Amino acid sequence: MILFENVTKKFGSSQALDEVSFEIKQGEFVFIVGPSGAGKSTLLRILTREIIPSSGKVFVDKIDLMKMKDKEVPNLRRKVGVVFQDFKLLDDRTVFEQVALALEVRGKKNDEIEKGVEHILKLVEIWDKRNLFPKQLSGGEAQRTAIARAVVGKPDILLADEPTGDLDPKTAWAVLQLLNEINSWGTTIVMATHNQEIVNTLKRRVITIKKGKVSSDTKEGKYDLS
Amino acid sequence: MTSTIDFTKRNIRRTPIQAIAASMVMFLTFFALIVFILLAAGSEQALKFFESKPQVIAFFKEGTTDQDVSVIENALKAETRVTKTKYISKEDALEIYREKNKNDPTLLELVTANILPASLEISTQTPQDLGPIAQILEKEPVVSEVIVPEDVVKTLTSITTVIRVVGGAVVLFLMIFAMLVILMIIGFKIRLKRSEIEIMRLLGASSSFIRQPFILEGMFYGLSGGILSWVIVYILLWYFTPFLQGYLGEVNLLPVDPLFMLTLLIWVIIIASLVGGLGSLGAVRRYLKI
Repeated sequence: MILFENVTKKFGSSQALDEVSFEIKQGEFVFIVGPSGAGKSTLLRILTREIIPSSGKVFVDKIDLMKMKDKEVPNLRRKVGVVFQDFKLLDDRTVFEQVALALEVRGKKNDEIEKGVEHILKLVEIWDKRNLFPKQLSGGEAQRTAIARAVVGKPDILLADEPTGDLDPKTAWAVLQLLNEINSWGTTIVMATHNQEIVNTLKRRVITIKKGKVSSDTKEGKYDLS
Repeated sequence: MTSTIDFTKRNIRRTPIQAIAASMVMFLTFFALIVFILLAAGSEQALKFFESKPQVIAFFKEGTTDQDVSVIENALKAETRVTKTKYISKEDALEIYREKNKNDPTLLELVTANILPASLEISTQTPQDLGPIAQILEKEPVVSEVIVPEDVVKTLTSITTVIRVVGGAVVLFLMIFAMLVILMIIGFKIRLKRSEIEIMRLLGASSSFIRQPFILEGMFYGLSGGILSWVIVYILLWYFTPFLQGYLGEVNLLPVDPLFMLTLLIWVIIIASLVGGLGSLGAVRRYLKI
């Protein structure tokens, strides 16, 4: 599903990623851990083709992202949902409209959008908040909205960049349970996190990145930066 | 497409001040354009009217007898360039005057047949024949004044040229100005919606999906301003038609042909969409790097 082959990314003189290689299979739940500035977010941004590696090869669903034309990028992004630490919700749209946006950009018809949004909002348990704006939501509700928006289009992969970073422990666990459930549908989940407790409890594959290099890649890994 | 239109409507609704400003600029531009087109078309029509009726009018001095007039008429009929002559006696002139001013009793009270001169209207084959015929008439001792529409045609031609040149320059300037205003407003909106655009990109929106609402928005401003100016001009024209008809006399310009106004509307729609669309396209190309 995802293949990194000797990927290097430089920003001027600083090296964000250095010869990174790994493979993630369909349906896996993978934690990317590492200290701040290790290159976790860079890695995720390469997967959405927001940035292009300086060298190496990246494949998503056997598609070479290095050779991908700009006009093909939207199709890639419809396969790869993204959730951010700061939610990236639009202030002037309701919960329903935020989620509907993901289907509107896919060119879905109005009745499909209404059914799809209703289904996903009920699934993430915020259907009763559908008419609220981001400022009226709690952190957990905002993150659920962001997750609903990322998965409503049924992407093959869900990238989550510190999705629990701004949440209290109880809400963070609730969000993680939701991600777990999404993973059970067959969606590959790649989650960058600093949350030691979550990583250690879930016992999923953990890729540790330090100074731009993969320092460990373990199947039922633990959060270990030593 | 429905989604693009929904996005466009939302964009317009959420920044009403800019929307009104953009539409007003377009309104002014197209108001000027339509007024200049009507003036140019009107003067063109008037010109055609005078060219299609080559006619010299000779006014006779007081005391000219019917015999004097007959001599001149017979001499003119011998000319191959003359197609028709028509004698207007003092009484006929009074009749015409009364007909023209039937709604103004004050003007009718002051005028009698005695103060109006008798005249002879001479039609020629072509407008080029008017000059030589006028020269013949001017030599007649009983003729006091000769009016040649050649002068009217010359004046009208220069007026039409001025309207075309000045109007064209003003309209061109206003169009460029309107296009720049649209570019500025759409550019401002693109900057305002930077985070929304960024999120849409991450959700997989295509470039055209992001760009189209902005281009449609510019076209909407063009269309709303253009159509509104057409409606206002048509209402004003309709309202002032009886007043203007009095000034135009025989020149049959008013009421304006509805078919002409409809054609004008179609052109306004095309040009307004183009101006608005090009302005917003410029903004999209300059400010929306996807």
